Amino acid sequence: MSKALLYDATMCIGCKQCEGACAQQNTLPYDDTVAAEPVQSAHKYTVVLEKSDKFMRRLCMHCEHPACASVCPVGAMHKTKEGPVVYDVWKCIGCRYCMVACAFAQPKYEWRSLNPRVRKCIMCPDRVVAGKQTACAEICPTGATKFGERDDLIKEAGNRIRQNPSNYLPRIYGLNEAGGTSVFILSSVNVEEYGYPSSAKIGETPMPEYTGRVMARIPDFIPVWSLVLGGIYWVSHRREEVAAAEAEEKNGSAR
Amino acid sequence: MKFKLTFWRVVFVVIMGLGLYSTFVRFFHGLGAVSNMSDQFPWGLWIGFDLLCGVMLAAGGFCVIGAVYLFNVERLHSVVRPAVLTAFLGYLLFIVGLLFDLGRPWYIWHQLIYMNPHSVMFEVGICVMAYTTVLFFEFLPNVFEKFNLQTPIQWIKKIYPVLIILGILLSTLHQSSLGSLYLIMPSKLHPFWYTPALPFLFFGSAIAVGLAMTIFESTQSAKAFGRHLELPVLVDLGGALLVALWVNALLRFEDYFHRGMLRQIIKPSYEAYFLWLELTLAFVIPITLLSFKKVRLSANGLYLASICTVLGFITNRLNVSLTGFETYVGHHYMPKWTEFSVTLMIIAAGFALFGLAVRHLPIFPEVRIPLKERLRTETAPVVATAVLGHAAD
Repeated sequence: MSKALLYDATMCIGCKQCEGACAQQNTLPYDDTVAAEPVQSAHKYTVVLEKSDKFMRRLCMHCEHPACASVCPVGAMHKTKEGPVVYDVWKCIGCRYCMVACAFAQPKYEWRSLNPRVRKCIMCPDRVVAGKQTACAEICPTGATKFGERDDLIKEAGNRIRQNPSNYLPRIYGLNEAGGTSVFILSSVNVEEYGYPSSAKIGETPMPEYTGRVMARIPDFIPVWSLVLGGIYWVSHRREEVAAAEAEEKNGSAR
Repeated sequence: MKFKLTFWRVVFVVIMGLGLYSTFVRFFHGLGAVSNMSDQFPWGLWIGFDLLCGVMLAAGGFCVIGAVYLFNVERLHSVVRPAVLTAFLGYLLFIVGLLFDLGRPWYIWHQLIYMNPHSVMFEVGICVMAYTTVLFFEFLPNVFEKFNLQTPIQWIKKIYPVLIILGILLSTLHQSSLGSLYLIMPSKLHPFWYTPALPFLFFGSAIAVGLAMTIFESTQSAKAFGRHLELPVLVDLGGALLVALWVNALLRFEDYFHRGMLRQIIKPSYEAYFLWLELTLAFVIPITLLSFKKVRLSANGLYLASICTVLGFITNRLNVSLTGFETYVGHHYMPKWTEFSVTLMIIAAGFALFGLAVRHLPIFPEVRIPLKERLRTETAPVVATAVLGHAAD
């Protein structure tokens, strides 16, 4: 029952209405200056990039197994069952591990604030729970950003490629990247040209597994290592005790 | 008591002054104003040096405690107290450093209530908190002895085995976990430094640096506080350091060999230069030095080898945390002067507190050289002596 977004770059006309709707939904400032900024930041969760008349949108991928949620020491990020990866600001201590860990470099920070927050696209969780589309999908005039059931969108993306193979590169970016995401991208050019990490580089393993392999061993490691250390301590001090006791015995018999 | 102006005191005051200014900027204008950290470089010098290197430099505590109490190496007994003091101060200051780096340090206690057991950072946080508490108890007897409180000393003696084992267990966990922090970034960290073996490498380097730091600080204290240098102890530590360095070097080689990186690491590149610097300082120079018996038996030789080792592994951790991300990010990160100044302030505070503790607590109980003589034999004063050394006059 998890929701997702499908962004079809071939349908995008670069009107940037999604940027504006996103800013309005999240009560962020939006004017011509912000619109002209070609990067995501704490006040711009999504950006439409342009390269030789072709457009590409960037936003949080809402991974199926989000690295940000797995690394957060206080669990301030989590994946909801509806699909969005959301952020509980009141838990956050500001360690910024989520920013370092994210393979898509999505979380941004309020560097100028005295009580800074991590900022990223949270896929309009209130709207999604209420059964509505995300703000960006709702406003999109061409349907380039489409909101729907994750499974349905995967099918639809596959159909679009099959029906129009000359129009698309034969891959759905986000289907398997880092173990799969909830944002899929179709395009006629490589998404890597717009700053997305290459599929080959991030691989298909869910990021949390890289640390999970080590963390899973800790519950076993603690008792075993304690026993080993205790054993070494006992052996090395037992020797001393025995020597002391023997010496005392000798003294006693001599007296 | 007269306040005399000496070179090191001036340096200390300048460092503290600049540090306080940077502290003001940090807490009244935010992280963006005080540092060159950015959305591209969310972790800078404070994580790379204060956290990664700080915890490594304080590893001497558990290394020496382990050798003396776990393996009963009696000869090293005289360095236990300074090593525990260094570790205790090191962890306290590291926590202070963390308060600068965290965006919302006033919520640091959230670690204790909103726990996420999947997070390496959570594990490091809990271990560091617990270990600092253990170090506090290991340090307490110094204070009790000073005031001749026999009963609490007996209590601590009773729980000492538990403290020792707990301390080593916690150290094993968080020293290696600092390496695990980076396991989740295979696509970002440069392959010279990203390896599944990171936790092992971090634990191994902590032991090597723990030994090197113990040699370094013993020599430094001997010079600064006019203590008699216990050469046999240092020679033992030097031998252990040589073994630890070989083990570390072997681990690194095996890692590069199995990942098929040997050809790449000898090809000149931006990262390769930093890697070569690191390997030369951490392995080539100290291993070569310590391989000569003459060097291994001389105080100056051991001092030099230990400094090289420490610098080498500092370079290593800065490479893991900073250099290794530059290609991914696409630009360089250079800390702002205010970032350096906060780090310097914390280090200076560490030196000062160490000096204060040595002066007032039975850290080096066995030798008491008269003050006049001590002043005369002072050759290479550290900041601490300079600042506090004459306070007793």
